[in-house]
Amino acid sequence: MTVNPGVVPQRSTVRAVDDRDLEELGEAAAEIQGRSPWQLAWVQLSHDRVAIASSIVIALITLAAVFAPLIARLVGHGLADQYPYSALNGYGLPVGPSKTFLFGADDLGRDVMVRVAYGGRVSLIAGVVASGVAVIVGGIVGLVAGYFGTVVDTALSRFMDVILAFPLLLFAIALVAIVGPSLTVTIAVIAFFSWAVVGRIIRGQTLSLREKEFVEAARSLGASDLRIMFVDILPNLVAPLIVYTTLLIPASIVFEATLSFLGLGVVPPTPSWGNMLSDAEAYYKVAWWFVIFPGAALLLTTLAFNLLGDSVRDALDPRYARLFKA
Amino acid sequence: MGAFIIRRALFGILVLWIISVVVFVMFFVAPHDVARLLAGRQANQAEIDAVRRSLGLDRPILDQYISWVWKLLHGDLGYSYRGSVPVRDLLASRLPVTASLAFGAAIIWLLLGVSAGVLASVRPRKIADRVVTFLALFFYSMPTFLLGLLLLYFAFYKLYTAGLPLFPGGGYVNLSEDPLGWANHLILPWFTLALVTAAVYSRLTRGSMLDVLGEDYIRTARSKGISEKRVVLRHALRSALTPVVTQFGIDLGALLGGAIITENVFGLPGLGQLAVQSIFNQNLPVIIAIVVIASVFIVVANIGVDLVYAFLDPRVRLT
Repeated sequence: MTVNPGVVPQRSTVRAVDDRDLEELGEAAAEIQGRSPWQLAWVQLSHDRVAIASSIVIALITLAAVFAPLIARLVGHGLADQYPYSALNGYGLPVGPSKTFLFGADDLGRDVMVRVAYGGRVSLIAGVVASGVAVIVGGIVGLVAGYFGTVVDTALSRFMDVILAFPLLLFAIALVAIVGPSLTVTIAVIAFFSWAVVGRIIRGQTLSLREKEFVEAARSLGASDLRIMFVDILPNLVAPLIVYTTLLIPASIVFEATLSFLGLGVVPPTPSWGNMLSDAEAYYKVAWWFVIFPGAALLLTTLAFNLLGDSVRDALDPRYARLFKA
Repeated sequence: MGAFIIRRALFGILVLWIISVVVFVMFFVAPHDVARLLAGRQANQAEIDAVRRSLGLDRPILDQYISWVWKLLHGDLGYSYRGSVPVRDLLASRLPVTASLAFGAAIIWLLLGVSAGVLASVRPRKIADRVVTFLALFFYSMPTFLLGLLLLYFAFYKLYTAGLPLFPGGGYVNLSEDPLGWANHLILPWFTLALVTAAVYSRLTRGSMLDVLGEDYIRTARSKGISEKRVVLRHALRSALTPVVTQFGIDLGALLGGAIITENVFGLPGLGQLAVQSIFNQNLPVIIAIVVIASVFIVVANIGVDLVYAFLDPRVRLT
């Protein structure tokens, strides 16, 4: 049990210890609540202004994505609806932000705000699913490699080295060229190239954990390899796994947006921030809102996840140097 | 050292071999008809069969693989599906653009990242440190193509309409024709590519500088009365740079990926633009050649970085 020193009552004067003091101490000790490392991390996170602010941003963006149809209903512009008369001016160019089109219109006369809200769905799904798969696969491979060591470790480690040596974006592009672009392919590609990073780290941690006494104890009690790996060792790896999930999410979101921007990710008419920015590229001179709003949504999301990931790492692993603290 | 070089080179060859198998399987064995793809949409069965024979696709797979690798090793990359230009010539004409972009960006990101990191580490938690860490996180979260679009909008278009056309809005000029125009056309792409990566380096340099500045030998150097500037730049920075070298090796792959994006945003006629165009044209020989060449580059460059690293830090050679 870890005891938070901040909970111990402060004594203002120093006196000789007598019975009454001991009694008081006993009472104070009764008030001290043991806190698990998880509770401590939670306390630190809930006092962390950066973590709170970035969580709020993430929550707002998630809400906008989940309730995108509601937003569309409220402004009265459907996702695929085109407004050639109100959204395009006399030259056929999109109109800027106004009361009817809060974020302006795009080149086809659609509402940018509605599309940004729907685009958030793609980004969040790609980010969360791809990093989830990567962390699960990387975690299992790392655990197996680190636990069994010897030949298994060498084979798996070399395999991870090979994946890390691949020119990532080029292979993603080549793969898309063959199977054709879609959200599923995008997620699969991101997960395939991200799991090795996690695997390498988990392997290193498992390597040192398996020498610990509690593993020896479990083994002497007759626990199977599978039980030691998943019941005894895995809980000790939850902290790095959480940290890597929060840090992989923004990386996956950027990757998805990049593929969509190049026309190799999510295919129009489904809006994603990446393919919106790809359309906007041709119009940036006449329609700044077409670049700024999807761009801001994308940047805010990745920034918020990176800041949160940094705070989570700080709370779970105090040894790690903090990148940014307000 | 000799054994280390051999071990490292053998692993490089292994990686290249695996990549060759993966590329071959992806493009030639995968469940689709390459001959049909290459023959085009309107081809009839006789034409498809002719293409299949000319590519040797009717032979056993192992046979095909060996002759494919054999040709690769002799520098025969086949012919582009468009205009029947040898792929080798096509790549050779695009390479200088990508090389200019990548080298310039790498120099800027190293200079910018390392100096920002040193600046931040000299007075930790002070204003310079905070500014650097915030900027690092900001650019770290920034997708490369978004930064490119923003630079195009603000540094090109806004300046241009304000009557201050400092930077061109895209395109490329040969170094040999007009060195100044070359640099001018590349400044925005360089910074697009460099800023995103420099963020990682400032973070890395700051961390390792802080570690090193706490070492005993730095205290000794200071107590000898050496100027602070010399202590930081000569004594501390030298050993703080080792993790930066490792990271540089890792980032070479990212550099190529970034080049693909940057070239497409700024309309630079390099390998990255060619790669994306070739995908839309279904120009398989070109895609395959670019993937293979890029892999060779990354593997060879990684070996080079490892050798530099082993030279800097003798302990590495033993592991």
